[in-house]
This record gives sequence, structure tokens and C-alpha cells, in this order.
Amino acid sequence: MSRLEIVKTYKIYIGGQFPRTESGRYYSPVNKDGKVLGNICLSSRKDVRNAVVAARKAIGSWSERAAFNRGQILYRIAEMLEGRKAQFVEELQFQGSSKQAAEAEVNLAIDRIVYYAGWCDKYQAIVSSVNPVASSHFNFSVAEPMGVVGIIVPENSSLIGLVSLVLPVICGGNTVVVLAAENLPLCAVTFAEVLHSSDVPGGVINILTGSTKEMTPTLSTHMDVNALVYGGTDPLELKEIQENAVLNVKRVFAYLTDWTKADAQGLHFISDVQEIKTIWHPIENVGGATSNY
Amino acid sequence: MKKELQQSIEELISASPTIDKVGVEERVARFQTRSIKGDSKLQALKMGLNMIDLTTLEGKDTPGKVQQMCYKAMHLHDELANLPTVAAVCVYPSMVKIAKSALVNSSVKVASVSTAFPSGQAPLSVKLADTTFAVNEGADEIDMVISRGKFLAGEYDYVFDEIAAIKAACGNARLKVILETGELLTLDNVRKASDLAIYAGADFIKTSTGKIQPAATMQVTFTMLLAIKDYFDKTGKMIGMKPAGGISTAKLAIHNLVMVKEVLGNEWLTNQWFRFGASSLANDILMQIRKLETGVYQSSDYFSID
Repeated sequence: MSRLEIVKTYKIYIGGQFPRTESGRYYSPVNKDGKVLGNICLSSRKDVRNAVVAARKAIGSWSERAAFNRGQILYRIAEMLEGRKAQFVEELQFQGSSKQAAEAEVNLAIDRIVYYAGWCDKYQAIVSSVNPVASSHFNFSVAEPMGVVGIIVPENSSLIGLVSLVLPVICGGNTVVVLAAENLPLCAVTFAEVLHSSDVPGGVINILTGSTKEMTPTLSTHMDVNALVYGGTDPLELKEIQENAVLNVKRVFAYLTDWTKADAQGLHFISDVQEIKTIWHPIENVGGATSNY
Repeated sequence: MKKELQQSIEELISASPTIDKVGVEERVARFQTRSIKGDSKLQALKMGLNMIDLTTLEGKDTPGKVQQMCYKAMHLHDELANLPTVAAVCVYPSMVKIAKSALVNSSVKVASVSTAFPSGQAPLSVKLADTTFAVNEGADEIDMVISRGKFLAGEYDYVFDEIAAIKAACGNARLKVILETGELLTLDNVRKASDLAIYAGADFIKTSTGKIQPAATMQVTFTMLLAIKDYFDKTGKMIGMKPAGGISTAKLAIHNLVMVKEVLGNEWLTNQWFRFGASSLANDILMQIRKLETGVYQSSDYFSID
């Protein structure tokens, strides 16, 4: 008797859970051979809203977690991804990559996660500063996460684009709502399963699949989103996002980067989504020869 | 107590119908499928706001906190035009006078919890003194807790007498009787306690203190609404309902309003007969109203702190 293959249901990831879209809709993207990749959730604006609520709820404990512990958790994502490498390679191939390219992409994704895991307890020391001022104050600047960050990943990449944009943002203590690549959504959902089985608290990363065009306006106008990272290539879409962002003066960052390059990573992807807080602490001389400190 | 009265309480309790839990769950699920949009939604949201008992019942409450909450009760969000006030503020007896003076010249009432809230583990004399104190301080409404331990031990006459005694101490203040349904364990018990409270003189029956989970689930509220309906059908007297605890979203509040309308009818859709005991619900409703006006999802950053 031949066996009936069980086809995976790809669901979205909100607040550490895998609901179906509240709209009940789906779409069926195809690969270049015309094969259907799967029935994928066509998320609605209410899903965007729910994801933002989940991300807001998670921000307190994630941003206040010890930096070292955040690094451990990010490293754990890399460990879990390593264990499921084969599945990602298979999905990338199914979506049109060559075997060689797929393997390279997954390896690079794992390495990049480890790279940002290492940064968690180090970026603060580099981007913060003690500032010389003319009054009797100890004046210092520290980086603080911006809050809830919306991320629109590049359309031409299923895994490495998402990893490259998400990891530096959560590394710095932000929580994120990610709109996955519309026509290459498989790895995004499987990555959510990796997150789920690692130690990332629910709500820190929320991943939605569906029409970017439909979800972007909701995400970019949402008053409870503090910043947006745009990985797409459409200047008109970016312009619309920037205009919407004015509503609550969200920061908008757009990166036109080839994420498959080994050096497409760096401190500025972390520090971009940090606000700098400067503190004036009344004090006498701090570092002078007559200082009591 | 007189033997006949004791007997009649026994009869009252044994006459309470048993509750079909599965049936209740199905009925409640249907209330949640109603789609309320546009103008109806706006109307429901404003109605919901007007039914809130804005509540702070914490050991750390201070006069400043209560005054701030009273200000919020009168000025929910001044940027939005044509907003109602909430129905009442709900505080501990020691804060009644402060709330009363903060709310002077407004229609917002002051409700006070009493009877050794939230546990109710005190002798009747203490509970009466607690109630009398709150009434003398100027409370318009008293939220009492029943003795759940006695109820679960089957001492229904004790519970009945206690409610009746507190009612007598209330004077003109309206009495809300908190059943603390999270401790009553079954819907059958919820129904029995509802009947007991109603016949003992409650003006309102209320689900929970907010200190115990689960609190105001729709199943529990539905069961209590049915008790109110049966009493109304029998006697023609209206009893109020107050779900409290756990209702923190506008959506859930609207589901509750739908349930009240479909079980009891439009007469109950005023804050004279229906209340929400809540603290964070008001802000969620305000954000929904603002969302309807602007088309944009809102952030709590732009609303007052609960």
C-alpha cells in the first residue's frame, strides 16, 4: 500500500504560538517549475495588530534581561538551526536555489546568528560614551532599545535576509514584527519553529506571512511601532512607509545590501535601532587630579 | 433564626436549577460570533465606557493614586469629544472620603468594597462596622463579598443572613454582592449563590473580587444573568449585574454587552443595571474609539496611565 504524504501546514508565529491567520485566508505561491510551495497564511491587518500587541508585551522582560543572557539565547537559536539544517536546505532548493547555494545560505545564516549572539554584551560598551562637559556633571550616553520594530524582509531571500535583519534588532533588546518574503515564505515559518524550540521568549520575534503590500500600511501607521527596518527594493513602497512613519515619528531604516556576502553584517545594524540616552549626573570632578573618586 | 425561614432557604437552594455546562459554553460561544462594526461599534464602546466601575483595590493605594483615578473617571480622554464619564470609582473604605471629595460636582458615583474584602474572613460585627464606616464616609454603593467557606460548607442560611444584615446596614447605598465565582468551583454553585444573594436583598450581583482567577468568564456571567432573568420573570423586579476581573479588552466588553442584550434585553443596557469592574478596560476602549476615528492602531503611550 502506498503511503499518503503528510503536507505541512505553514502557520504564522505570534506571541510564541502558531495560530492560523484570524482572517482564515491563504495563498499558494509557486516555484519556478510551477509547483505549489504550500498553502500559506494570508495574514490580515488584525494579525499585524495582534503581533504588535505580543511584541509590546514582550519588550519589558526582553530589554531588561542581562545582555549576557540575551547572547546565550541567540546562540541557542544557532544551535537549533544547525540541527535542522537539512530541512532548510530542502526548502531553499524547493523554492528554487541550487543545492550548493542553499547549503551556503544556511551555513551563513547560522554563522551570522552566532556573530550577533557575540555582540549582545559588547555593543553597549562601544556605542556608549562618557562625555566631557564644561559644568560639574558626570555626563554619559548609553544605548537603549527603540522598542517594537517592524521588519520588512527582502523579497528575493527566504532565510538569510530575514536572519540578517532580525538578529541585530533583537540583539539590542528590541522586539520585532516581521513580514516574511511573500513568494519565498517557507524558511520564515520553519525559522519560527526553530525559535519556538530555542529559548527565545514568546513575542520577541513575531513572523507573519502574506501580502507585504496589504500589511505594510498597517504596520507603518501603527502608533505602537517605534521603528521600521525596510529590506525591500521598491522606492515607492519605501516612500509610503516613510510618509506613514511620520504619524508617530517612527525611525525608518532602509538597507540595500547583498546579505549573501560574508561581510554583510556589523555593529551599525545593531546601533541603528538604539536610541541614545544622555544622563547629566551632578557631581564634582570625576577624573581630575584632585578628584575624590 | 426562625425555623420556617431556615426551611425556606433550604427550599430556595434546592429550587435552583442545575446548569448544563456544555450548553452554556455553546451559547456563550455564539455571543462571541456577533460582528459589531462601524456606528454600532462606536455606540457599544461609549456604552461600555459609561458602565465601567474604575477600580483600584491594592494594598499600595494612596490618596494621590485615588485622586488621580477620580480625575481620570471624569476626564477619560479630553482629546476625544462627546465621551461619557465612567459610572463609578471603586475603592477601599479608607479611600471613600478622598474619592468623594475628588468627584464633587460630577455624576460619577463612589463604590466601596467592604466586609473584609477580598477574603470575607471576619466576624459579622466587623463586616457590619466596615460597611457602616464606608456608608458614613459617603459611599453610594457597597460591594460586599459573601463567605465562600460557609457557602461551600452548605451553611446557606448563614450566608443569606449575612447578606441581609449588610443590606440593612447599607441604608440608601446600593448593595453589590460579590460571589467570587472562581472559588465556587461549579456553575451549579454560581447559580445557587446568585439566587441566595438576590433573595437576600442584593441590588447587584457581581462575579469576582479580581483577586482570584478565573474571574468574570462569560460562562459565569451568563449563568448569573439567567438567575436575574428568572427572578425578573417571577417577581418583575430588576437586579443589576457586574462582571469584574479579567475584562480588559474592548472586544470582550462588547461580547458581554451583546450577551446582556440577548439574555435580559435593552432595559439592562444602562449603568443603572450593568457595570464592568475594571481598571485597564477604559484605556483599551479609548484606543478603540480613537482607532475608529483615525483608522490607525493606537499605542498606550498616548493615553493616561491606568
